[in-house]
Amino acid sequence: MYLFIASEIMLFGSFFTAYFFIRIVNGVPWPTPPYHLPVFVATINTFILMTSSATMHWATTSIKRGNVWGMRAGLLLTFLMGLAFLIAQLFEYMRAGFNTSDGAFPTIFFCLTGLHSCHVFIGLAILAFMTIRAWRGHFTAEHHHGVEIGGIYWHFVDVMWIVVFTTVYIL
Amino acid sequence: MRNPLRSEAEAYRLLGVVIVGAALIIAAAYINTWLGVAVAILVFAGFGWWLMHDPMPGAADAPPVVISGRPPGMHRVLVVAPPGTESVTVPDGAEVLVVVPALASTREAYTGAVDGRRDDAEATAAALGARLPEARIEVGADDPALAVEDALRVFGADEVVVLGDDGMLDAIRERVALPVSRA
Repeated sequence: MYLFIASEIMLFGSFFTAYFFIRIVNGVPWPTPPYHLPVFVATINTFILMTSSATMHWATTSIKRGNVWGMRAGLLLTFLMGLAFLIAQLFEYMRAGFNTSDGAFPTIFFCLTGLHSCHVFIGLAILAFMTIRAWRGHFTAEHHHGVEIGGIYWHFVDVMWIVVFTTVYIL
Repeated sequence: MRNPLRSEAEAYRLLGVVIVGAALIIAAAYINTWLGVAVAILVFAGFGWWLMHDPMPGAADAPPVVISGRPPGMHRVLVVAPPGTESVTVPDGAEVLVVVPALASTREAYTGAVDGRRDDAEATAAALGARLPEARIEVGADDPALAVEDALRVFGADEVVVLGDDGMLDAIRERVALPVSRA
């Protein structure tokens, strides 16, 4: 787990270093005119992702109490909200009005948000397997390690989104 | 030190902390950029403090839940027995939980290659279980202090008895606000 955290810090850290270098050291305006960031859509997306963390926590708490249907509902809702986030992110990219070839700002924007989207995609794959296993009755109040580990990853992805959203879209 | 990704509940708590921190920074930055920088420094310092201050199990959480069918008020003893322990002396009339930590080397702990160590711990737990039919025996984490911490979350012990060396005794004493003694 410590190696995973260290590798993730280095991975995101390298992209954030590029971001701060471009924005603060080089003084590139953020977002560079005439481009605009879709802050409203990203804010809605943030609420969706944060709510998905709550349903993930509900799923884990439910199975710890032996509530199998609570876990199933929680996992399914988490998956659907994660999927909604990813689809909204794709539409945001298509309607952004800029591309990676348009300068440093779009490049680092796509790199940071794209890196996070990759993590969401992996999280969705994990959630899909967890949900299938939940429906097949693999988890009980005593044995639910698979839900616990998937939950940790999902919350970690959401933590990273808060950092990305705050630095890229808001500040 | 707190590991914020140790369990799902801890990770969820981390998310809450990060949201609050981000909200403070955003609010301050909207008022003034340099105020935002100052608040960001304070938030990062506070986050570091939060990470360093692990809650001490046993300090505040009284054992309100009776885990076994035994009457409440019975003396509860948590015994830490390293792998290879052949016998444990159980105090008369006490409810006992024996935890066998799956002790691992630093390399094994960092890479998560602790399967072999867990096998050793499970073998010891099985042997102790055969000799102590009235005690509960469990395998714990690779860090003995962490194993005690985990056990205390579900077993409200009155004291901790350690069968390990001085290092193990000191590590557990640092983390647990309960009487810790050597068997």
